[in-house]
Amino acid sequence: MVEYIANYSAYWLIFLLTITGLYGMLVKKNLVKKLIGMTIFQTSVIMFFVASASKWNATIPVVDPNIGSAATSLYINPLPHTLMLTAIVVGVATIGLAFALLMKIYHQYHTLDEPQLLERMR
Amino acid sequence: MIEHLPILIPLTLLMGALLTPLAGALRRSFAYPAALVSILAACGLSFLGLHQVLVRGTMRYHLGGWVPPIGIEYVLDPLASFMTVVILTVGALVFVHSRDVVQNELPEKMVPFFSVSLLLLTGFCGIVLTGDLFNLYVFLEISSLAAYALIAVGEKPSPVAAFRYLLVGTIGASFFLLGLGFLYMITGSLNIADVADILPSVVSEPPVVVGLVLIVTGLAIKMALFPMHGWLPDAYTYAPSAGSALIAPIGTKIGAYVLIRILFYLFDPNYSRLQLPLTSIVIWLSIAGILFGSIMAMAQKELKRMLAYSSVAQIGYIGLGIGLANPLGLVGAVLHTLNHAFMKGGLFLVVGNLRTRLGHSTIPLFDQTLRKAMPWTMASYSLMALSMVGIPPTAGFFSKWYLVLAAIEDSNWTAVGMILLSSLLTAVYFFRVLERVYVRNSSSTGESGEGMNPRETMPSDVESMEVNASMLVPTLVIGGGLVVLGLLNTVIVTEVLMRVIPPGL
Amino acid sequence: MAELYTSYIPFFAVAISLLAVPFILLSSRKRNLREFWTIIASLGKFGLVLSLLPDALAHRVAQVELLQISPGIGLALRADPLGVFFALIASGLWVFTSFYSIGYMRGLAEHKQTRYFASFAVCLSATMGIAFSANILTFLTFYEMLTLATYPLVIHKETPEAISAGRKYLLYTLSAGVLLIGATAWTYNVAGSLDFRAGGLLNDVSLPAGTATGLFILFLCGVGVKAAIMPLHSWLPTAMAAPTPVSALLHAVAVVKAGVFGVMRVVGFVFGPNVMIAFGLNDLLGILAGLTIVVASLLALREDNLKRRLAYSTVGHLSYIVLGAALLSPSGFTGGLMHIATHATMKITLFFCAGAIYVNVHKENISELDGIGKAMPWTMGAFTVGAIGLAGVPPVNGFVSKWFLGAGTLESGNVGALLILLVSGLLNAGYFFPIIHKAFFKNSTRFEKYGEASKLMVLPLVATAILSVLFGLWPNLFLRLYDLSTSIAMSVLGGTAR
Repeated sequence: MVEYIANYSAYWLIFLLTITGLYGMLVKKNLVKKLIGMTIFQTSVIMFFVASASKWNATIPVVDPNIGSAATSLYINPLPHTLMLTAIVVGVATIGLAFALLMKIYHQYHTLDEPQLLERMR
Repeated sequence: MIEHLPILIPLTLLMGALLTPLAGALRRSFAYPAALVSILAACGLSFLGLHQVLVRGTMRYHLGGWVPPIGIEYVLDPLASFMTVVILTVGALVFVHSRDVVQNELPEKMVPFFSVSLLLLTGFCGIVLTGDLFNLYVFLEISSLAAYALIAVGEKPSPVAAFRYLLVGTIGASFFLLGLGFLYMITGSLNIADVADILPSVVSEPPVVVGLVLIVTGLAIKMALFPMHGWLPDAYTYAPSAGSALIAPIGTKIGAYVLIRILFYLFDPNYSRLQLPLTSIVIWLSIAGILFGSIMAMAQKELKRMLAYSSVAQIGYIGLGIGLANPLGLVGAVLHTLNHAFMKGGLFLVVGNLRTRLGHSTIPLFDQTLRKAMPWTMASYSLMALSMVGIPPTAGFFSKWYLVLAAIEDSNWTAVGMILLSSLLTAVYFFRVLERVYVRNSSSTGESGEGMNPRETMPSDVESMEVNASMLVPTLVIGGGLVVLGLLNTVIVTEVLMRVIPPGL
Repeated sequence: MAELYTSYIPFFAVAISLLAVPFILLSSRKRNLREFWTIIASLGKFGLVLSLLPDALAHRVAQVELLQISPGIGLALRADPLGVFFALIASGLWVFTSFYSIGYMRGLAEHKQTRYFASFAVCLSATMGIAFSANILTFLTFYEMLTLATYPLVIHKETPEAISAGRKYLLYTLSAGVLLIGATAWTYNVAGSLDFRAGGLLNDVSLPAGTATGLFILFLCGVGVKAAIMPLHSWLPTAMAAPTPVSALLHAVAVVKAGVFGVMRVVGFVFGPNVMIAFGLNDLLGILAGLTIVVASLLALREDNLKRRLAYSTVGHLSYIVLGAALLSPSGFTGGLMHIATHATMKITLFFCAGAIYVNVHKENISELDGIGKAMPWTMGAFTVGAIGLAGVPPVNGFVSKWFLGAGTLESGNVGALLILLVSGLLNAGYFFPIIHKAFFKNSTRFEKYGEASKLMVLPLVATAILSVLFGLWPNLFLRLYDLSTSIAMSVLGGTAR
């Protein structure tokens, strides 16, 4: 059991991050804190991809003259990293838009606290 | 040029999205024509694409010449070409309609509005056309970001609605991405066709199951399947009229489209149906959504909000068709995607007309003067309402017809009953409005009188407030189009939708 | 077997009144022109239907498929004998109603007459469509169209009472339409076809008992609402809030008859006698019809409002027709069909009379009609003809159909049904004769200053009364309705044991 957990330790940590992020989004009252939760959540997904690409005893995916390009199992998979670059860009855009929205909300209602906001929206 | 069609459609829209602000910078009045030209061009291309697919079969385009699974591929198959036609036709009609609406509601934001709208459509078309799962995710986010932005420029509470939608939408997209990660871990590929080839040999691996569940959950959020619909009513209600007319007909359908792709094309249909109880969960959620949406719609005072809840119910029909996972169900679901896109699009155009002329769309304030003031708008509304209820020979009837047939074939009597019951509930909330407009005299309600002649209280000299041609024509086209679509549904079904059914079903 | 040939005449017969609608709407300010269109359309429609009669009698069936509305199912019209029979009655009486409507609407200076005449025309198109439908899906389409086109007529007065009647009407009929959709889809699933076929579309299909019964109940609810089979009848008396010509044509001829016509189609052309008997469905239908006849007649006794009394009488008489279908014997079926025609001419006369009285003296309650016969002798004379006809007294045509119904009960050995017919005849007399008595033999000075109603109203009602008598004396007169009915009954029941 311990071994099982240890083997997947990276994934457990990521799972913890996911839960933390979701918790922040669902429970926190302040909209900025919700947004922070969302960022943590997104990051955990990115970490998941990166973790899935890693291998023991493998090196970065740049051709090493000592290894050659044929022995692919000695390199880690580069694709998830590149994918995550795009995902990070998407995430940044989302956060940027979210902050713009938060500013607009604050200008209109002068609060970012959800219960107060709901009251003022009536 | 023909072989470049799969990429040309989203590319035209993307270029339009970039050119519109440039044209607007040159002179503000250039922006709208630029946007209109690009969507009309894209719409024309989509029809060409559909024609080509029907004549020559599926077209595949390798981006940058890289052969899949290494490169990204764009696929124009019957389902994709059908969806692009639906998206862009509705989009084009809304664009024609929205010049005056946007001028009226968002005079300052004309240029960015159309630019972002084109971006939204780029995202939609990209989702439909791409043959690559990660690319699909990126387009999903492009369209979502554009949607958040479009919603946020509406009424005062709209930024809050948009922010909520953003949080929920991001969760959905992240779930989708996470599921993709699991699939990738096992299959090592992201190309839909390639993954579909690999999956049968690894389908029993736990990560595949986890991945599929995550993907379906994410998509259920995106398509606002009950009970994951919470973001939708506020978002649709507070968005600017033109924005909701664009997002409401197409937005949630895209989620449904991706769900069809994943369940029936990526995975073997029989796997989705038999190995996992996923499809039956989708059925039950859809049934609950149909009931919930219809009941909530009956309770709304604001026309837009009513339509939003009605969307929750209607997406239930599509979900039901997908969940039934038989050919008729799929035909029903895809046909309902088309029909509902037109009906809901048209209804939101009517809202736009009302808001432009009356400044509101609050149901209790409607009265008989509307019938005289905006006869054509209200006539279109009536046709759309009939179609929503599902009165033959309007389009709405036929998608329900196929869905009922599918549910009977599946012996799912609850679903049959629910489709039929919800027709009645739909009738209740649409006729509520019609009755106000056509029958009830606001001043004489409450008074009774056998001998009283209501003619006397009817203001006969109401001046016409009908909207101008650029708004009226799209509304009428959709209203009349619903009857034409209904009568021609067999052509659509036999020529296009029969080819949509994946071989495993 | 009937010989089929392609002809667009059924389509024209359906379309002609629909074509008239734009003209009616466009000439809304010139009322003479507007009503001219109505008259032209009604005469044209009747002429077209009439031209189909010889072929229908000769077992040559005109049909046309306009387009496919679902793969394998066309929007198809077929002028088979049953369709022609119903179309003849509906279109023929529309001619009378058109003239009468003009008199009535002008007499009361009603509002929104354009909407009224336009909806009326649409209703008639829908009714023709129902009559000529070649399959259930086409039937369903026109059935829903009829529902919707009638709604503006029901709420015509736009009083709160009329509006709530309209709501009730929509609730009942739309629910029925929805159930009919379910039934249609289920039939398609079971039989793979939706074409009406004499002797039963489900005849060759082996059905589990549950499916047959469930399907039948769905169909029965679907068409039974319009046929006002109890307990689905309660919209009909409420809908009497509509103007009287509407009640006359639609609630005595078109709408409710579309319902019983639907029952005929379902019994004879969807299930067929073999299936009905095999699952005991005819007994179910018969019991419902019998109960409806008796209960409706009793309820009619209680009503003081003339139109509501007529409405309950309609409910009862519709179930005569249903009973005729349920008997599944040649005479019974013939009698049921004949009753569609005879009840139509008699009941339309009675409604015309009620309307004429209302327009002339503004009275709706029976208790206020003492001595009206002296003021309006023609009207009340016609009323008397209709009333004794409905009670089954010869030589009015009500006797003919009842005679065949009675013969049918004996043929199928159903004494209970015969008893119901006799009792109901008495009850009919019980609720009609007091009206006649009041009208002619009670003296009252109330109506001294009134004369007869306008000619546009009196002429149609006298004409329909005369027709009732003529058809009673010669059931085959002009339209050969008797020959048609027997040939329909033979085609439906030809292959059965009974």
